[in-house]
Amino acid sequence: MSTTADQRPIAPQPVALDTTVVTSWKAPIAFGIFTLLLLALAAFAPQPGDTTYRLSLPNDVIQLPELTVPAMPALWTVVVLLAGATAYSAFLVRSKRRVPLWLVVVYAILFMFGFLTWAGAGASLPMIGLLFGSLSLAVPLIFGSLAGVIGERAGVVNIAIEGQLLAGAFTAAVVASVTDQPLLGLVAAMVAGMLVGMVLAAFSIKYFVDQVIVGVVLNVLVVGLTSFFYSQVLAPNAATLNTPPRFDRLPIPVLSEIPIIGPVLFRQTLVVYLMYIAVALVWFGLFKTRWGLRVRAVGEHPQAADTVGINVNRTRFWNVALAGSIAGLGGTFFTIGSGIAFNREMTAGAGFIALAAVIFGQWDPIKATLAALLFGFASNLQNTLSVIGSPVPSEFMLMLPYVVTIFAVAGFVGKSRAPAADGKPYIKS
Amino acid sequence: MKLELRGITKRFGSLVANDRIDLTVEPGEIHALLGENGAGKSTLMNVLYGLYQADGGEVLLDGVVQHFEGPGDAMAAGIGMVHQHFMLIPVFTVAENVMLGNESTKAVGVLDLDAARAKVNEISARFGFHVDPDALIENLPVGIQQRVEIIKALSRDAHVLVFDEPTAVLTPQETDELMGMMRRLKEAGTSIVFITHKLREVREVADRITVIRLGKVVGEAAPTATNAELASMMVGRAVELTVHKEEPKLGEPALVVEGLTAVDHIGQLVVNDVSFTVRRGEILAVAGVQGNGQTELTEALLGLQPRVHGSIKLDGVELTGAGVRKILESGVGFVPEDRNEDGLVGGFTIAENLMLDRSESPPFVRAGNLQRGVLAEFARRTIEEFDIRAQEPEELVEQLSGGNQQKVVLARELSRELRLLVAAQPTRGVDVGSIEFIHKRIVSARDQGVPVVVVSTELDEVEALADRIMVMYRGRIVGIVPGGTPRDVLGLMMAGEVPAEGAAA
Repeated sequence: MSTTADQRPIAPQPVALDTTVVTSWKAPIAFGIFTLLLLALAAFAPQPGDTTYRLSLPNDVIQLPELTVPAMPALWTVVVLLAGATAYSAFLVRSKRRVPLWLVVVYAILFMFGFLTWAGAGASLPMIGLLFGSLSLAVPLIFGSLAGVIGERAGVVNIAIEGQLLAGAFTAAVVASVTDQPLLGLVAAMVAGMLVGMVLAAFSIKYFVDQVIVGVVLNVLVVGLTSFFYSQVLAPNAATLNTPPRFDRLPIPVLSEIPIIGPVLFRQTLVVYLMYIAVALVWFGLFKTRWGLRVRAVGEHPQAADTVGINVNRTRFWNVALAGSIAGLGGTFFTIGSGIAFNREMTAGAGFIALAAVIFGQWDPIKATLAALLFGFASNLQNTLSVIGSPVPSEFMLMLPYVVTIFAVAGFVGKSRAPAADGKPYIKS
Repeated sequence: MKLELRGITKRFGSLVANDRIDLTVEPGEIHALLGENGAGKSTLMNVLYGLYQADGGEVLLDGVVQHFEGPGDAMAAGIGMVHQHFMLIPVFTVAENVMLGNESTKAVGVLDLDAARAKVNEISARFGFHVDPDALIENLPVGIQQRVEIIKALSRDAHVLVFDEPTAVLTPQETDELMGMMRRLKEAGTSIVFITHKLREVREVADRITVIRLGKVVGEAAPTATNAELASMMVGRAVELTVHKEEPKLGEPALVVEGLTAVDHIGQLVVNDVSFTVRRGEILAVAGVQGNGQTELTEALLGLQPRVHGSIKLDGVELTGAGVRKILESGVGFVPEDRNEDGLVGGFTIAENLMLDRSESPPFVRAGNLQRGVLAEFARRTIEEFDIRAQEPEELVEQLSGGNQQKVVLARELSRELRLLVAAQPTRGVDVGSIEFIHKRIVSARDQGVPVVVVSTELDEVEALADRIMVMYRGRIVGIVPGGTPRDVLGLMMAGEVPAEGAAA
């Protein structure tokens, strides 16, 4: 037996343990429920006629032909396919394997196709409008979720996104109305959002007040303030103070003529283009730059950051402020982004949906954006279906975005891990 | 670089953690700072590192007085620290951790990871560290993580390196390697402060030893001093370093575990097909480096693990799948690994903590009402019996020292009729005096015929208590060997090497 004098270096070895698969019946059960739902529609509420999908706008350069499917045969086909997918997922789980992501995606697309075909029977569905509207409705959610991602990556839970959006919407409307410059309104909105962020940061970082409570209180405060000013100042002087100019659509040459993608992505306003840039910048910044490394460090292990000379609380403060300004920018969508006058509580919970997108998106700017797009789609689906006169009661359709949110956050988040120090104040002794 | 601390004083409220401490470390010297848990060693080093501001005294480097506002200043002055709890971000790579706070960047703040990798490779080649710069910290064994901490300090040109309890998480082999690294660093001219409470290591590697007790320097010693001399300096009185225990009077097999497997939420077999038997009147010590399934094993025994297969039988009764309450009622006593997290309610009084697991039935609760009188009487008796140093039974547990808190846990568990005692890390963060006492009580439980399972990462404790030693590695049993098996054999087993034939018990 060799003794301790043995000086061979131990090569780095993985500490991986033997593993087994922890199977979950979540996916097969959910698949089954949704399949039964469609089956029930097909069996008990059959819709005669054909469904037409319109894939181009009338004055597009390249015209795609319309896609017409007979509603009921298509629906039955989809139900059979979905039943097959359900059975396959159950088989996978039984044999101790995971349900792959592609199956979930294929299932979701098939389900949507089946549902749309049923709901739009006898009518024609404007797909461009549906997708364009989805993107538009997702814009404030995306800005909000970026604000959430930055805050939480730095270790501060930003519940005040709603308040920041609302403050942005209000300020943008007023400043743009007074100056007649939508750009100035945009800048003012960022400042307003940043101020809300700074209040959150000051209370939660300097005075260690519970972040969730400060955030909730701030939301209520902003609702109260903006409603007060709206009814006392804006409403009586609507012509001067609350008739914001709107950003013009700026089609991007060439790109805007690509079928489907062009009209949806590249015939948008400045706010939307800023959103594309913001998503890319935040992603790049968080994962490729010194700023991002430090932000993530203070959110994961503030003490470690402190011991290498990073000022944890200063870093957190300025990033929560930055997050606030991004959310404020998102708030402009509600007023100058759409050319609508400010109205009380006009953000209607978008900030909370954005928060859900942060979690659903696993604290990753790109994934959170995709989650926000999903929520935007759910909202706009409701609009589109009520326009074409769908048989679904509108109350149900209004619930749709929130139902999607609950399912998304509760059921299918998967193995995500929040930043380790998320929501915990850093108190030095 | 020569480091001098002069008259460092640090107070926390009325507690004087450091009382006019002087310490000089010459260039190229390994200076050990020896003291018990809570003696003020870490406080002193946190003052040196700029994490705490001293209330008095000064820090000098090469004779120049320094003023550190924060760790950034200390690092800039050439002081590096290898923290007891590694200051590494688990989800970052080695290179990212090394560069954090000191990033090399290209234009507009874009990280230059190649430069960081090159630096890691250069330093690890210089000292033979073998660290992959792109590995994620959370996938590395602790021994390698510690090397990353050292690389981090060296990458900032540290001339004074402070090691705060560096061996607490290491296997004996890794400890020996660390000693080798410290010697190499010393030869390269680095001054090293080595904080520890382990006597063996101090004598092996230190050039000079300073002993502190209750925040004061109580003396210097040469590495030639004996264990007993150092221990009595540390504690302030003569201590028995070995527990006196009789040969075990073995009874029937009481705890029979067969094929026990515990699966965590991502499917890892944290306890992997473990089978063993503990007889009445026997102590089975479970040895192994922290994080090799010992914690989960004790939790599985108590019914705290959610996904468990296999069989746990106590006196013939199957416990697998039973709830925690049922298992406690069947006579299992449990001293959890982390008393603050799982063992005690800090804001409750000693008396309340003593009855935490008996809130269902008489004598402490009748018809839903707490029997205050019975409880107070019981608490007074127990406090005396277990030598818990407290003013009164109504004192809050969070105000007690670590040793006394642990005695409260032990008192609660041992004041019941037990048929099995499971104790995880029973003396972690406990002063030497209390260790003596706790060990005696565990041995006396054994002598009364209770089967005992003790989990410990400290080989001293394993040696002191074990009748048999079971070594775990990555969730599996490497082997079960008799008490008194030599340390180097245990050390190899803790690294996963199955012992040569003939060693099995």
